[in-house]
Formats: sequence, C-alpha cells, structure tokens
Amino acid sequence: MLLISCPHCGPRDEVEFRCGGEAHLTRPGPPDTVSDDIWAGYLFMRRNPRGLHYERWLHAAGCRTWFNVARDTVTHEIKVVYAMGQPRPECT
Amino acid sequence: MGGYSALGLLRHGLGAKAWPPAWREASPRERYRVVIIGGGGHGLATAYYLARNHGIRDVAVLEKGWIGGGNTGRNTTIVRSNYYYPESAALYDLSLKLYEGLSRELDYNIMLSQRGMMTVAHSRHELDMVRRWAGAIRANGIDSELLSPVEVARLAPLFDTSPQARYPVWGGFIQRRGGTARHDAVAWGYARAASTLGVDIIQNCEVTAIRRDPTGRATGVGTSRGEIAADSVVMAVAGHSTAVADMAGFRLPVTSYALQAMVSEPVKPVLDVVVLSLATGLYVSQSDKGEMVLGGALDLYNSYGQRGNLPTAINVAGAAAEQFPALGRLRMLRQWAGIVDVVQDSSPILGESPVPGLYINCGWGTGGFKAIPAGGWLTAHHVATGHSHAIATPFSLRRFTTGALIDEAAAAGIAH
Repeated sequence: MLLISCPHCGPRDEVEFRCGGEAHLTRPGPPDTVSDDIWAGYLFMRRNPRGLHYERWLHAAGCRTWFNVARDTVTHEIKVVYAMGQPRPECT
Repeated sequence: MGGYSALGLLRHGLGAKAWPPAWREASPRERYRVVIIGGGGHGLATAYYLARNHGIRDVAVLEKGWIGGGNTGRNTTIVRSNYYYPESAALYDLSLKLYEGLSRELDYNIMLSQRGMMTVAHSRHELDMVRRWAGAIRANGIDSELLSPVEVARLAPLFDTSPQARYPVWGGFIQRRGGTARHDAVAWGYARAASTLGVDIIQNCEVTAIRRDPTGRATGVGTSRGEIAADSVVMAVAGHSTAVADMAGFRLPVTSYALQAMVSEPVKPVLDVVVLSLATGLYVSQSDKGEMVLGGALDLYNSYGQRGNLPTAINVAGAAAEQFPALGRLRMLRQWAGIVDVVQDSSPILGESPVPGLYINCGWGTGGFKAIPAGGWLTAHHVATGHSHAIATPFSLRRFTTGALIDEAAAAGIAH
C-alpha cells in the first residue's frame, strides 16, 4: 500500500488516487505539420522504465487535482511529489 | 531422450533409475541462426516451431532466470478463445486448437482440461454486453452459448445466485472448449521437445545488449555469459519488452503492470468450470490439487515489483468471499504477481520491429498464457519465411501508426 502525499491534502492511502501514466508529454503541433509517426509516438509510445518513473497522479477521492510524482517502479518508493508544470526534478 | 509411456512409467517406477532430465543443459555457442530472448512459453514455443515446422534447429533460447519462471509460471492457467474481433478470434482459436493437440504433439501431458469458461453478467447492461459478445464470438466461428441464471447456478452451485446477492446474476455465456492447462507443463513440454530437436536452452543468461551492424541490422546480443551472434533475434520477454527495446533503440506502446493471483488451501472438488464475474473482475477456478485459484484486475500503476499491492489483493479476495460465500473461510496459501505488458488496444504485437533482424512477440498483457502455441507458431513463421503469417499481420507494430487498432479492451470481457 502506497502512502501518497497529496500537495493539497497531505498523506493519504493510494486507494484515493488514480495514476495517470507518464508525465511531461508534450502534444506535438500544429496538427497539419505532424507526421503519423510523431502522432503515434505521442499517443501510444511510453517510457516504461524499470526504476525511476515520472508520472501523473490524480487525487480522485480528495481534492481532485492532478500532480506529478517521481517513483521507483521496482520498490514503489516515492522520491518526490511536485506540481504540474514544474520541470522534472533530479532524483537518485 | 526417449518418449514417455505407461510402460516407461512402470519401468521407472519399479527400477531405482532416476528419470533423465527432460532437456539438455546447454552452454552458449558463439553463433546461432536464431537467438530468442526469453525462456517463457512464447520463447520456447517459438524455438520448438522453428525446429518442427521450418527445420531451423540452430536456435538458442536465452533465459535470465529459469525457464517458465516469469509469467508462464505466474498466471491462472486459463485457456479460451472467446474474443470479439475476427482478427483476435482467429489468433486465439489457432492457439486453443494447438493446445487441444499439444499433449500428443509434445509427448508431454499438459493436463488440458476443457471444463468450460463461464462469464457471468450481474446487471441488465452487462447482460446486453454478454449477448453481444456471445453473438460476435459465434459469428467468428467459435463456440459460445448464452446461459440463463438457472444454468449459471447449475454450473457453479457455490456461486451466490440468490435474489438478495450483492451481485445478482442476470445470466452469462460459456465457451465450453475453454478451461485450464498446467502452466509449468507447457513450458517444460515445449522445452523438452525443442531440446530434442536440437535447440539450445540456456538458463541464467541475461541479455544486456542488442548488437547492430553499421546498417542498423541486429547481429546478435551481448549477454552475462558473453557475446552471441545471430542472423535473427526474437524478443519474447512480456513485461520487460521495453527494456529490450531500449537496448535496441526503439520505443514500444507497452506499459508494465503487476497482475496478481493467489491460491487457497486445497479442498475437495467444488468447482468444475472457470468463472469470470464481470461486475468484480474476479476469476476463479479450482486446480487439480484442489486449490482455489483466484485472479482479478491489474494493479493500478506501472510496476516491475513481482509482488502486487494490497488494495488489489483485497478486492480479489473480497469478491471471492462475497460471490462464493462458501469460500470465505478458506485460508490463502500463496499470493504473487507477474509483470505484464499492457498495450493500449489490449492486443499483442507480433512481427518486425524498427530494427531489421529483430522480431517482436509481446503485448499479450494479462492473457499471454492462452496464446503461447499461437504466439510461438506465428513468430516462428515470420522469422523462418521473412513474411508475417496472415493471422499475425493485423497485429504488427505498424498499427499504432496507421490507426488500425484491434481494440479488445472493451470487447474481450476482460480489462487487459
């Protein structure tokens, strides 16, 4: 069971949250200049590292806001919680 | 190595002679025609069909742990082909048909038990969906029958079908050819048969790099036991597919999740059908040893931890206790998780990768076990002939660029 520190509500059980997958994806554009391969990359291809992963979470059963988490996908240890829009923090 | 027979069993039973190992313990050579990364069911089946169907015996299967120790040994052993789209139906029914003849083909008892796979609906809406699925599956030429609540109760007497049930039963459908098979036996049977045909099975050999020539073509692999050159490389590593893709320098639409299962203490036979509840996602069957085998939905975030998290385990066990009240007091013996490779459209990826000479067999998500014979058959076909088999063609990686997805996520009766 993860204990996730929502930036607004404090530490809560993981069952209150939804994981929204990889963070820091940027929509390519404008659309008429984007090739099919780049669209496919944006829509479907994901970083899926064994180890440190930067991902979005939603406090679905709480304040209902999105935020970012840096988490280890093997140990599940949460390294940093940071706001949407902030750059990727360096983690060890 | 000799075949297995009743006479052989008698001879070994009476004599003190130990059984010979089922497959050769091989050391890596410098070069093979085909190197297969991953000694699970799909990798071993690919090796077997390369040798058996195409006469390509200069093949090595590289496994970083022991064969069948990943998802092949961690699933709930269910086989079925009740898929919605014609492409999927052709793929999974090829697999089920191969399973139906596999014990004889491999001379290895895979303990296939076609006890039926029953999907249960718990609301008016689920029943509408079930009717649609069952009709589509039948239109695909695969056996499926609608069931009334009375028939559901008759097939699974311990299932709570009472009017006051928390999840009342509105009906369901069954694929009678579905059922279970012994998962370890599938891995061991393919390993034994492939090894007999000359395939090298190399355990404790972790692939650390994909070697490429200046034109970009894959030329072999770097491993924890040295360099191995190959004309063709196949990756069949399920939840670790993106790790291999990272080595080769391309990306896959794959996310790795933990999928849990658990078994209870063994009890006398109480359930002779596989049950899937659409309301809770619960899968239940009873193993030949008598253990109740429980599975459910994926864990909810990316994971390479082969453990599973507690909330999902609680959901699975809670659903079992609610829907099979008589099981509520059983003690659980073991719980575990496998790391599965989930793709957005919940269909596998078969065929060429962006790296020439490197072939993909991945993306089976939560349903790889049932697909082992077909995955091996089709991958071997592509590697041996240079062309994808007609059944595999719709499942190429290109579909994510062309948009021709085969979206089983909502259609196959399981959220994988």
